[in-house]
Parts: sequence; C-alpha cells; structure tokens
Amino acid sequence: MNYYFSEELNDIRELCSEIAEKYIIPVRAQLDVENRFPAEIIRVMAESDLCGIYIPEAYGGSAEVFGGGSLALCVATEELSKACGGIAVSYAANALGAMPILLSGSEEQKQKYLPQLASGEKLAAFALTEPEAGSDAGGVKTRAGREGDFYVLNGTKQWITNGGEAQIYTVIAQTDPSRGARGLSAFIVEDGTPGFSYGKKEDKMGIRASSTRELIFEDCRVPAENLVSREGYGFIVAMKTLDRSRPGVAAQAVGIAQGAFEAAAKYASERVQFGRRIDSFQGIQFMLADMATQIEAARALVYATARMIDAGERKFEKESAMAKVFASDTAMRVTTDAVQIMGGYGYMREYPVEKMMRDAKITQIYEGTNQIQRSVIASAVIKETASGGGR
Amino acid sequence: MRMVVAVKQVPDTSEVRIDEERGTLVREGVPSILNPFDEYALEEAMRWRDQLGGSVTVVTMGPPQAEAVLREAVAMGADDAVLLSDRAFAGADTWATSHTLAKAVERLGGVDVVMTGKQAIDGDTAQTGPGIAASLDWPQITFVGKVRELTEDGIVAERYVEGGCEVVRSSLPVVITVLKDANTPRLPSLRGKMKARKMEVPVWGIDDLGLTPDQVGLDGSPTRVVRIMTPENPASGEIHRGEPEEIARLIVDQLLGNEAD
Repeated sequence: MNYYFSEELNDIRELCSEIAEKYIIPVRAQLDVENRFPAEIIRVMAESDLCGIYIPEAYGGSAEVFGGGSLALCVATEELSKACGGIAVSYAANALGAMPILLSGSEEQKQKYLPQLASGEKLAAFALTEPEAGSDAGGVKTRAGREGDFYVLNGTKQWITNGGEAQIYTVIAQTDPSRGARGLSAFIVEDGTPGFSYGKKEDKMGIRASSTRELIFEDCRVPAENLVSREGYGFIVAMKTLDRSRPGVAAQAVGIAQGAFEAAAKYASERVQFGRRIDSFQGIQFMLADMATQIEAARALVYATARMIDAGERKFEKESAMAKVFASDTAMRVTTDAVQIMGGYGYMREYPVEKMMRDAKITQIYEGTNQIQRSVIASAVIKETASGGGR
Repeated sequence: MRMVVAVKQVPDTSEVRIDEERGTLVREGVPSILNPFDEYALEEAMRWRDQLGGSVTVVTMGPPQAEAVLREAVAMGADDAVLLSDRAFAGADTWATSHTLAKAVERLGGVDVVMTGKQAIDGDTAQTGPGIAASLDWPQITFVGKVRELTEDGIVAERYVEGGCEVVRSSLPVVITVLKDANTPRLPSLRGKMKARKMEVPVWGIDDLGLTPDQVGLDGSPTRVVRIMTPENPASGEIHRGEPEEIARLIVDQLLGNEAD
C-alpha cells in the first residue's frame, strides 16, 4: 500500500533496508545464538544519522525534517525489524530512554543529553520495571531519598533493555513511598555513577541480540539537577513516555511480521509437493492472504497513530495502545503461520522464521502487556461513551 | 588536500546481455549503478579528507542520467560533483574519456590527488585511471590496496600486484587507482541523501573544457570495436572409465598426440 511518504521518510526506509541487507541479515542468526549486543551495527546506524531522527534539530537531531519524528522512528524500526527484531529494539530502546528527557526534561537536561543521543555517541535506556512492579508501575520499590544536593538511589531494576550497553538511563524511583504511584519521580543516571552497577544479564526466548539486564543501585548518589520534571511526577513522565513509544513497539511487530511473511511467501513459491508449488494450494493461499491483510491493517494503524502524534495531537493513548495490541497480536499470528507454511523447515534454526516467531512474542508483553493495553483502550472508550462522544 | 574521484555509471553487470547482431550491450531495463570499484576510491578519498581536511569532488563523464551516481557519491559524503556531459562526448573510448576527465581536473584546479577504481565492471579495461595520469602528465600508482601515507609532501601506497606487494612513493599531484582491499565503503547518511537531492550538479560540456570535437567522443577515439560477442562454451570434456593405469596411458597418448598437431 502506498502511504505517500515524503522523500525524506523514504530515505530512512531505504537506508535501513541497506543496513539490514549488508549488516544485519549476515549476522542475525549468530547474534541470536550468542546472545550478543549489536554494538557495531548500532555504530553504523549512528554514522548514517539514524539515531537523531526523533530528536529536534535544536538538540542535534533531525525530527523536523520528517515532520515530527514519530513516524520516522516507526519506519526505521519497522524496516530494521524485518531483518531482526532484537537488533531493531536495541536501536529503538534509545528513543524510549531519551523520551522522558525529550518530553519532560529541563532545557539544561535536553541540552546536555539529547545531542549525545542524537549523534549516537551515547545510548539510552529506560528503567521502570522491577521484580514486583511490572504492569503495576505503582509498585516500584527503588527508593530515592533526598540528601542535600543529591538523591540517593537504592533498589534493583529488572529486564532493562540496553542495560549495561547504554550510558544514559532514565530511572523511575520512589521519593515518597506513602503516596504510591504519586510518590514516583524520574531521574537521569549516567553509567559510571558510583553505586550504580549491572546485575544479571537475561537469557531470553527471543530478541536475543538485545541486552536485557538488571540495574543495581546501592547508595547511588545522583545530582538533584538530574531529577526529570518534579518530585511525584515520575508516574506521569513514565506514562507519557510509554504512550509515545508504543507505536514503536507496534512498528517492530509489523516489521517482524512482514519479514516472516516474505520468507514464508517465497518458500511457498518454491516448495513443490504433489508435483505443484505449494502456493497453488488454496489452504496456503488463504493463509498468505490473511497474513498480508492483517499486516497491512496493522501497519496502517501504526502509521496513522504516528502521524497523529507528529501532527501535535495531545491525546493519543487509546490509539497508541490499539496500535500496539493489534500489531503485536498480528505479529504473533503471522509468525506462527509462517512457521506453519514452512513446515519442518520453518521449525529449524537454519531458516529465519522460528526466530521471528520467538522475537514476536515479546511485543505482546513489553511496554505494557496487551492485557494492560486493552484496559487502557476500554477505559478510553467507556469514558468517550459516557461523555456521549467517541470517534 | 584537494581530491577528485572519477566515477562511472555502469549497468549492473549481473543483468547485462549482449546484442550480437548490433555488437552492443543491451542496457534497456538494466539498472544502472555506481561502478563498485569507484566506491572504494571514494571511501579512500573521504577517509583522508576526514583526517587531513580539504575536499572530495566527484566527476563523471556520461549522459545526463549519469548524474544519479554523482548524487549517490554525495549521499555517501563527497563534497561536490561535476557532470561532464555533451552530445559530442558520445562514443568515447578510454583515450577520449581519460582526456576529457583530465581536462575537468585541470579546470577544477589545485587538485592534489585523483582517485578512481581500478577498473569499471562494464568495460573492464583499467585504462581510464592511467589515461588521466598520462593526459595530465602526472605520476600514477595503479592497483592500490593501501594508502600508507598522504601528506603535502607526497604519497606512499601499496600496489597489490601479481605475486606480491610493491610499496611506491610519489610526489603530488598524483593519480591512483584503488582496489577493493583498501577499505570498506561507508553507507550513505540521511544528511548526505538530503544534500544530494537538493544540490545543483554543474554540467560541463566540450566548450567548458576547452576541447575540440576531434578530441572527444567517437571522433577523438582511436579504438574501434569490431565485434562483440559471447564466447562459445568450450566443448565439454570426455570421461574415461577403467583402470587408472590404462586411463593414464590413454590420456598421455592423447596429450602427446595433441601436442604433435
């Protein structure tokens, strides 16, 4: 489907496709097996100016060129995900880490951190999840107590994408435990800050090229100027960040699904059984038709949401959640069908689709499980109905 | 360091066929690309520019659509570009092409190094680089696998030749032709792509270069292509079966017999 992209957006797609072909596809299987972070590939992306596409020009990026950067980030993430969801998320997680600064940071914080992220000189990560705080973000136990010009952080963050690889972390911690979610605050913590270390590196089912790691804070003194927004606003900072980043996960899901679809469609055109190409069988044809249709619908929803954000719409949590739910469920279904179409070959590591199926699963889980997304969507539509509206 | 990289737009040879009746390449529907060897020359020039300062200008001679490879080179990081295009340039052999490119280098002025790929993948002559040097009366280093040193005082480069490596020193200005061993060409950048799309590419014709019709194109070309064809496949081999000694004797006899012919 033609989405009538600007030439600049097409540049992003072209460039990411070239990176995928030259740098990602040759190594994706190996990085998956070895659980290895694609540092070299991220460097290539940085040199191609891809790290700043969602950051405004005033902070070293080029978001304005693409009409805002949200769609740009989706296009890049989708295209990279076609080749490898794990490498793509290592790229996209930078935006997730940068988003709290971009959306809620002070001018000084933006000036200090965003240019380093736009150039790709440094990587970012976002740290909210804890062993006991997943969907229930209010359950964050990491404590940040004020001591003079510092906040002292104590606690453990879990499953942090880009953990150990990023240099700049936005961390959500409790400044007032008596207030639950309203007692949360967001902090920028730099790699190398005394008291800040990395724990267990996770051994995951999918997206294995990405780093997922524990962050450990033991009397970690963070300058008070690194508080993002105000004390007690951490939950809002986190929710605004996730609303903005969910289309990115949705784009990742669309890319993974597209990659699996293309592999399966090509296989079906070459595989001969009963003396015929298997794509001449209606059973396979209908599967391919459904896969293609679902992917296109997911893509259209993702792009429409991203365009809404780029246009300056302030309220998009419902659309953002819809895009994430629909695209990730699509990715899971399509990758499963891709494995099915390829049969025994699909199940083997020698072919890329079993990895895509493993990679797809996480998109239904992270950045808010699909159950949480449905709650968000439901509460929005119920509110709209109560106010006699809806769209 | 002022550097010029001479590039060529070539058909993607994996998709070219030959029209035997007309003795030409069938280029219709075949995608055109930047000659892959020229990418290495471009990368080499850009690396030295990034280190020493200065500029990299890409030049090509070709039809108006050859502009596409200049834009591609600028997207990768070249500073500017010039297209040499004129009806009179059509049909040029390597002699006329080298001469035309050399005139462009003269017109650009102050050039320290001209780099180009070791050869183009369509003609495969490897003559244009040396031809530019000859036309300019500059020293040349061909088949460069590594540039060891480049300063205002000169260049030290490794030539990868059959059976070994020659280390050659030369004064500037100089022409070098670059091998794939030299580097890994970078990808284009987004900023480069935008710059490439917006830039105006100057087009220089025969008058701009101070050339006359007998020096360029078909009239300026001493070479005539008499015939172009796909060589016939050599006859398929014979298979002998039997005892090794017996077969060996048979083959030796055959070989000796052939030699006697």
